[in-house]
Amino acid sequence: MINKNITRRGFAGALGLGAMAALAGCGGSGGETAVDEELKATMVTDTGGIHDQSFNQLAWAGLEQLEAEGDWKVGYLESHQESDYVTNLDKAVDDGCRIIWGIGFAMGEAINNVAEQNPDCQFAIIDSTNDRDLPNLIGVVFRAQEPSFVVGYIAANMSSSGKVGFVGGMKSELIDQFEYGYYAGIEYANKKKGLKVTYQGQYAESFTDSAKGKSIAQKMIQDGCDVLFHAAGGTGVGMLDACKEAGVKSIGVDQDQSLVRTDDKSIITSALKRVDTAVVNVSHGVVDGTIDSGSNVAMGATEGAVGIPDNIIHDGETEPRLPDALYDEALDLFEQIKDGTIVVPDNQEKFNEFVKTI
Amino acid sequence: MINNLILLVGITLMYSTPLVFGALGGVVSERSGVVNIGIEGMMVVGALAGAAGSYYSGNPWVGFLAAGICGALIALPHAIASISFAADQTISGVAINMLAPGIALFACRALFDGAAMTPVVPKLPKIFGENALVGTPFASLNVNVSTVIALALTVLIWFVLYKTKWGLRVRAVGEHPAAADTLGVNVYGVRYVCVLVSGMLAGFGGASMSIAIMSQFTQTAISGHGFIAMAAVIFGKWTPVGAYLACLVFGFTQALVVVLGGGNFAIPSSILSMLPYIITIIVLVLFVGRSVAPKANGTPYIKGSR
Repeated sequence: MINKNITRRGFAGALGLGAMAALAGCGGSGGETAVDEELKATMVTDTGGIHDQSFNQLAWAGLEQLEAEGDWKVGYLESHQESDYVTNLDKAVDDGCRIIWGIGFAMGEAINNVAEQNPDCQFAIIDSTNDRDLPNLIGVVFRAQEPSFVVGYIAANMSSSGKVGFVGGMKSELIDQFEYGYYAGIEYANKKKGLKVTYQGQYAESFTDSAKGKSIAQKMIQDGCDVLFHAAGGTGVGMLDACKEAGVKSIGVDQDQSLVRTDDKSIITSALKRVDTAVVNVSHGVVDGTIDSGSNVAMGATEGAVGIPDNIIHDGETEPRLPDALYDEALDLFEQIKDGTIVVPDNQEKFNEFVKTI
Repeated sequence: MINNLILLVGITLMYSTPLVFGALGGVVSERSGVVNIGIEGMMVVGALAGAAGSYYSGNPWVGFLAAGICGALIALPHAIASISFAADQTISGVAINMLAPGIALFACRALFDGAAMTPVVPKLPKIFGENALVGTPFASLNVNVSTVIALALTVLIWFVLYKTKWGLRVRAVGEHPAAADTLGVNVYGVRYVCVLVSGMLAGFGGASMSIAIMSQFTQTAISGHGFIAMAAVIFGKWTPVGAYLACLVFGFTQALVVVLGGGNFAIPSSILSMLPYIITIIVLVLFVGRSVAPKANGTPYIKGSR
């Protein structure tokens, strides 16, 4: 293993001389050397694969958009198991790329390791961070509290029982963004519209246990909740199913889940992370030097990297799932987030402050 | 309060159903003397086959049957390796666990346009009909028909194992295959049938997740259920009824966590989530006592060896 790494490094080093000059440019201070070199971007998927109907697929859509712009040449490597992450990242290094994208939180550790071993290559990772202050890795995270806030506002408005719920995977800073963003959206709606919607949240302590997600949702529904939101991955699929069975409303997460679960009419909207937009923006930013090559960036409404899906009329239905007026209010909230009128809290402390100010 | 108790029962039944199928599979295989660590993998394949069968036929029962058949098919290599070739049963089972998720994912991508999950598919019916009891406190008691099938199979397997000639042979093969062989029992034949039936049951278990609890196959649909089912086999002293009750205990503890968690009680969920394990240990120590495996469990039988 050690041997392999040394040879790889030597190889990459030899091959990377030209690239190194180019990459120095994105350090900020260097000049525009070797710009005529073809821009190549490769992404490495996590185990979900390129058609995962989630982050990988969105990231690939972003890369395809780059290619369509003309300057870029793009490709992807699929990981079939976790042990493929490092192998695939190394392979991408050998191919010589302007930027190598790792997709998904699960690859965080692997990409930090590979970036450390290959200082002359530029890396970026979606939904994880540059943990070791490396000069050649960009961690791209999303301000998930912003779309969560908006769907919280929508949930409060769509609830007729006055009770809404949230199912979390495991308590963490990341999931706090969703929970408190959502909760803040509910309280905001209560204040602005004089509603009295109450919130309940519960954690499944798992991102995979669909049966538990379903159980928690059943309990909330029995308690009277009629709009549920989740940030719980596979656990959340169980929640969506419970809502479908009970005929109450649900809100998807990360991507437009109503498009994936085509038969599920319960899903009224989703809190989106627009991974495609993030991939395009960061790739451009690296080349034109507006994004530091070793940094962490948080993308949100301002960058157009979060949102809610268009309020389309689904096949076989006659009306969009959200009233037009409410949808417009939701879009307006994004505008207010963009111009800083609303600063959405992403943890309990900030939430408590936020509630006092509205 | 009453509402919460009803909910507790409903969640227990729902949660334990896939485990029951898996555990019954474990009981059948291990009573014949073949350790089946591969239950988890067989459940994954069953989950995919169930969802795919239901999607393409539009009939969830076709999916359920397909899950059983595919579960048996993936059990076949385990049977061949561990019975005909006297390979180490644990290793063969582990191999199934590594192979099966890959096969399921590959098949899913081949069948569904490269996607790692299936679309939403038709589900098995509920016992009181799809929309019965919705909105009442009894909603969670309208369990899926798979829960009833699990119970029925438990009784059936108990009957076969303890009340029929066939069952006696299975148990004899699991305890002392050489003795059974001298009395004219086809040891290999019995073991093959048991391992294949075990795979079929595990496949049903997978389907009871993907087309009963959920309505689609996802990569994480089966995550550890097969291993909990194996624990239930030991917990239940290698008997169908014992394993069934063990699964109910596991289901009940999870239901308790759900009902106690959130809203009204201020117990942190990370502490609550220890509850299933604590309760399991207590039940194990106080009520179960010594659990003895079938004597020949895990030992390959080689004809004529001493």
